[in-house]
Amino acid sequence: MAPILDIKNLYKNYGATEILKDINVAIEPGDFLVLVGPSGCGKSTLLNCIAGLEPITGGTIDIGGRDMTHVSPKDRDIAMVFQSYALYPTMSVAKNITFGMKVRGVDQATQERKLAEVAAQLQIEPLLNRRPGQLSGGQRQRVAMGRALVRDPKLFLFDEPLSNLDAKLRVSMRSEIKKLHQNLGATMVYVTHDQIEAMTLATKIVVMKGGVVQQIGTPAEIYNHPANLFVADFMGSPAMNLIPARTRRNGKALQIEIERAEGEPMVLEGEHSGELPADIILGLRPEDIAEAGFRSGQKVQAAECRIDLVEPAGADTYVVSELGGRQVTARLHAETKAQPGAMLDLAFDLGKVSYFAPDTGKRLN
Amino acid sequence: MTDFAPMSPAATQNRNSDVQKLALRWLLFAMLGLFALFYLMPLFVMVTTSLKSLEEIRTGSLIAFPRELTFEAWRTAWSGACTGIKCEGLQPYFWNSVLIAVPAVLLSTGLGAANGYVIAQWNFRGANLIFSLMLFGCFIPFQVVLLPMAMMLGKMGLAGTIPGLILTHVIYGLGFTTLFFRNFYVTIPADLVKAAKVDGAGFFRIFWSIFLPLSLPIIVVTVIWQFTQIWNDFLFGVSFSQAGTQPVTVALNNIVNSTTGVKEYNVDMAAAIIAALPTLLVYVVAGKYFIRGLTAGSVKG
Repeated sequence: MAPILDIKNLYKNYGATEILKDINVAIEPGDFLVLVGPSGCGKSTLLNCIAGLEPITGGTIDIGGRDMTHVSPKDRDIAMVFQSYALYPTMSVAKNITFGMKVRGVDQATQERKLAEVAAQLQIEPLLNRRPGQLSGGQRQRVAMGRALVRDPKLFLFDEPLSNLDAKLRVSMRSEIKKLHQNLGATMVYVTHDQIEAMTLATKIVVMKGGVVQQIGTPAEIYNHPANLFVADFMGSPAMNLIPARTRRNGKALQIEIERAEGEPMVLEGEHSGELPADIILGLRPEDIAEAGFRSGQKVQAAECRIDLVEPAGADTYVVSELGGRQVTARLHAETKAQPGAMLDLAFDLGKVSYFAPDTGKRLN
Repeated sequence: MTDFAPMSPAATQNRNSDVQKLALRWLLFAMLGLFALFYLMPLFVMVTTSLKSLEEIRTGSLIAFPRELTFEAWRTAWSGACTGIKCEGLQPYFWNSVLIAVPAVLLSTGLGAANGYVIAQWNFRGANLIFSLMLFGCFIPFQVVLLPMAMMLGKMGLAGTIPGLILTHVIYGLGFTTLFFRNFYVTIPADLVKAAKVDGAGFFRIFWSIFLPLSLPIIVVTVIWQFTQIWNDFLFGVSFSQAGTQPVTVALNNIVNSTTGVKEYNVDMAAAIIAALPTLLVYVVAGKYFIRGLTAGSVKG
């Protein structure tokens, strides 16, 4: 199937400053693409470029198989939801939603039918005659979505739509957006700095930093096989443990040596066919380190570690130990007997391990 | 009265500070009242003098109430006082002022709104430079531009005409009106323009449907400001007008300066009040919006 959005070699400069460098992204119809990264990474600029609100310096943007690089926003067949909602303050909710149709000269009957449909879908019928100033944050969010939905566009663009809501509302709106995506089968591009939002919503994630794409992949790929140290550290909460280690070959077998806070360095048996540098960084998610005896598998290996901190979180208990000179978090079951200051056998699941080069930060396996 | 307890020292102190507070409060009111009287004195003298006969002015005290009310001076000021050789009062000049002020206020406010919208929301190359230059225009003393402006008006064939005066006031009002609207519009989030662009609205549609409906407070401020400036203007009025197109301020000056023989203070006072009445009226009607609008833009920005 032809991609519905195809960005090729996109560059964006402000004066001499390069904001976006060589962006290449393509998505299929029905995809939910999330652009994620720390603030200032260029993700919102990229969204504005897709919308046509910012001119680009180089490259092309195709939407629905047509070159839209120099087409004005209104002709790109897109709808956009803004972080500040950007509702027209002097218009009623109904007028806000129908403004676009009015501008495009859609007849009155169609306007009213579409308005009724969208209002029912978002359950905002009682609000139609109110002004945006009289609505709560969640209601404004719905109206902003209504304004986008009423267009029935090829592409929905969301610019951090949930970041102004309180934590509880954010979670419920998140599920609603996900439901909306499933029900409509629409294609969406969504910008957020919240990696949990990215993981839960996306069918495809683009991780960005400093205007450069770090990795593109499904949430599972990004989570399990981060392409570099930045992605490994940015995605997931608590973050992936990045443990400095030394490698050596013992015949065919790969041995990985990690400093411990107390006692001899621990040695784990790794598995990697190719060359590895002498110094590497070992990436392990907290859930891939468990209490010995509670995790089974071919590649699970145990070692005794000193526990420095115990943090019960209800469903799980997080414990922190020092390995390779770094704080390492392990996710244990809730009833663990771990005590701060005491030693505990931890089981490391090397089936899920990532190796990174310390100098380039690139993934090695 | 055996159970009479002596007042505790704390209570005495409380009472003392209460008395002090009350005394201070009354002192404050007295001072404010005094200042108010002081400031109102000229107005009082103007009004009472305009209601006296010449005879009474000559014999009575300056600050006394009129013994006998007469509106003769007002009638003369409006339709009979002499400005130079003509003796038809302020009336024709008053209408000249209206003919100058109303179009000039509307035009400069409208253009200021459009300028402010462009500078605040459509970041084009050099927008800040243009805005700085317009701001600069706010602070140029008008005396400096008299000669070049006179030459311009002459070349355009507008010298001595009411349209010429309107043009002058519109041009020299633009700096301030642009400043007002620009400062108001920069507080409006840029996302609003983006949303409207995605909705398909163009430059004028966005201005007309989204920005103008939001602008009532700043429109009121600008209208009051411009009306006061233009109505009270003397310099341009006296420089760029000729007999028949002079505004009321110039006529007032002529009335006061061209009396022969006895100085008719009552007519002068009545004429001055008539000339000041429209701006006074605008303040009374829209004054509260003025304060509100001035702060609305600045607090958020």
